[in-house]
Amino acid sequence: MDPAPRLRTRRLDLRNGRVDLSHGAGGRATTQLIDEIFRPAFDNPLLAQGNDQAAFDVPAGRMVMSTDSYVISPLFFPGGDIGSLAVHGTINDVAMAGARPLHLAAGFILEEGFQLADLQRIATSMGRAARDAGVAIVTGDTKVVERGSGDGVFISTTGIGIVPPGLILSGDRARPGDQVILSGSLGDHGVAVMSQRNNLGFETTILSDSAALHGLVAEMVHVAGASLRLLRDPTRGGLAASLNEIAQQSNVGFLINEHAIPVKDQVAAACELLGLDPLHVANEGKLVAVVAPEAADALLAVMRAHPLGREAARIGEVIADEQRFVQMITSFGGGRIVDWLTGEQLPRIC
Amino acid sequence: MCLAIPIRVEALLADDMARVTLSGISKTVSIALLEDVQVGDYLLIHAGYALTRLDPDEAERTLDLMREAAVPGLAEMQDWRP
Amino acid sequence: MKYIDEYRDGTLARAIATTIASEAVPGRHYQFMEFCGGHTHAVSRYGIEDLLPSNVRMVHGPGCPVCVLPVGRIDDAIALALRPGVTLCTYADLMRVPASGGGSLLKARSAGADIRMVYSTMDAIRIAEDEPGRDVVFFAIGFETTTPATAIAIRLARRKMLRNFSVFCNHVLTPPAIRAVLDVPDDDNADEHTGGVRIDGFVGPAHVSTVIGTTPYVALAKHFRKPVVVAGFEPLDMMQAILMLVRQINDGRHDVENQYIRMVSEAGNLIAQRAIAEVFELRASFEWRGLGELPDSALQLREAYADLDAERRFSITTVSTADNPACECGDVLRGRTKPAECKLFGTVCSPETPMGSCMVSPEGACAAHWAYGRFRNRVARQPVPAAT
Repeated sequence: MDPAPRLRTRRLDLRNGRVDLSHGAGGRATTQLIDEIFRPAFDNPLLAQGNDQAAFDVPAGRMVMSTDSYVISPLFFPGGDIGSLAVHGTINDVAMAGARPLHLAAGFILEEGFQLADLQRIATSMGRAARDAGVAIVTGDTKVVERGSGDGVFISTTGIGIVPPGLILSGDRARPGDQVILSGSLGDHGVAVMSQRNNLGFETTILSDSAALHGLVAEMVHVAGASLRLLRDPTRGGLAASLNEIAQQSNVGFLINEHAIPVKDQVAAACELLGLDPLHVANEGKLVAVVAPEAADALLAVMRAHPLGREAARIGEVIADEQRFVQMITSFGGGRIVDWLTGEQLPRIC
Repeated sequence: MCLAIPIRVEALLADDMARVTLSGISKTVSIALLEDVQVGDYLLIHAGYALTRLDPDEAERTLDLMREAAVPGLAEMQDWRP
Repeated sequence: MKYIDEYRDGTLARAIATTIASEAVPGRHYQFMEFCGGHTHAVSRYGIEDLLPSNVRMVHGPGCPVCVLPVGRIDDAIALALRPGVTLCTYADLMRVPASGGGSLLKARSAGADIRMVYSTMDAIRIAEDEPGRDVVFFAIGFETTTPATAIAIRLARRKMLRNFSVFCNHVLTPPAIRAVLDVPDDDNADEHTGGVRIDGFVGPAHVSTVIGTTPYVALAKHFRKPVVVAGFEPLDMMQAILMLVRQINDGRHDVENQYIRMVSEAGNLIAQRAIAEVFELRASFEWRGLGELPDSALQLREAYADLDAERRFSITTVSTADNPACECGDVLRGRTKPAECKLFGTVCSPETPMGSCMVSPEGACAAHWAYGRFRNRVARQPVPAAT
């Protein structure tokens, strides 16, 4: 049926093949895996040099470096996969310093038996995400662990970036009176991923919001400059964790308004169903900005003009509070504390 | 232990199951504990099982009673601001 | 969301609160216990106490099944899960409940026990079908809301002749718990010096009542001369129920009234009641955390379903284990101690490191107060007299 000559001995079988221990042993098989999967997917001149490191000139200014590891189940979810997530997540961590991301490095831990077809799909998605973001994956590493010692694939990415002169964004810079602006609706990523976990058994058309935010950040920095106090991407633990972290770092409190926080109907419904709080659900393409009050309107306007900030909203302000509470005026009209998520986010029956 | 919300029936399935949806989220639940479930009914879903059927007339009546209970209060609340 | 959002209207709630304030007789104090954890959660989450006049107060009750499960039963579940070949299926709410010796199901899992979180009893059945080599035990807890789902699963397991499925039953009943809260000597029930708290009426269970109906409360209301208003879990349901209770007190009535008419009938869900009766029978006695041993307060599998009973299959004999002596969960569950009055609250006991069960479940009085109510401590409140 298949007229193509049998190439299995020479080329990887990308349809039915699986990762085996030789792919991580550093020998010819490792080189073959890199040459046939990663290099074409990531395709860039620095990687093409084939060295164990990438060497490049560095622009003047302050550098930012960040690293993150990606372990997600399922590996593929509506709106993305572990590959695109590993690119967006680290770019965003770099961008939250106000930086322009320059390069990424990627480390892969593969489990013996992992399908090469899935690996290629992930690598292709990573390459596309990196190209779309204009940030190349310039060096990397691959290891293989025995079957049972991993969960298919773990990816670790490290990014570097350069901060414009004079700009210092940091979690300890929030001051009472500063405004809090959120770039868009909460919980899309978490709900999209949870919907794929078969034991939860619900279906949704929500897509992960996974996206690289450095383009939006560049415009925000351009318009608000030194009035911008800090940026944070509310990933695991959601907005609640981000605001509580900032409150600790800056020794302030927050007063936010539930009514002003955008949450899609489907996300709100999924949270009702599972007993979760949208403020605790993860996001991968949203940021929260703390900005001096006089610059808030201009910042909001420029965010709303950007495709990733169309739903941006002013959700509250920084207040003086020795106890560093994040308080929320509920849409019901009462007040409550927004606490960190306790333990793992589990669907409740209670 | 009692997290449960009313969700609309979209389709009846085999084996005493039904497809329910809430704002675009859909889920398959057991209706083994109810009789004569119809598409369009709102069911109270708890841990994958429908416990009861919402009575739309009583739901409306409840809101009427709530508004009624609010009338004397509203009269006193002229200075109230949202 | 239809039939949800309209019952969360803050303006209407404030208006009803104003009506409550105008009808509550000045100088008279009204203390109502919301029995259910779901109501406790609503009270805290929506800040309902802030809306009420200072002479109308809510007391949190024992209606959170996670909170009333005694340590010994968690220990049993952990021992079960650690047996080779056993897969323990449980609702996620139980994972972090403290067992004796600082253990929990979550810790047992990290130590190698096969514990799976399920959202429905049907998931546990599915796991048993998919993995015939595993002995799948469903760790069943809950009041009457959750019991029918367990009954259906047991019947299904019988019909499918699943030999590797069993249920570790911890289902408890609501009416005996209400009785236990009220069944204290009169002077104890009304005297602040003995730490008692006067309860003038009950906000009755919402979803429990969809199953058992309103009839079981009639004898209680009559015997203890306390009004009961069955109410939904939405904040407006609570406000309306509180108004109905205030009016009953003012009229000197102690009736069972139904605020949750859109979901709850007098007779309840007869199919669910039949399923429960077919599979379960009364347990002679069961230990409740905070309330002690209560006769006829829990369920066990009938003899006809003995083969599906994990307690018999694995010869479980529960050893009663004392709580941390400093932990006041017991008094919190009876409404005698407010969460913030416990010495452990917020010091060594927090949701991250819970010492007692009331801090574990989000519906527990302590966790609800921690998550939503702590900042109210900063506002000095007028003390609530124990008696009028």
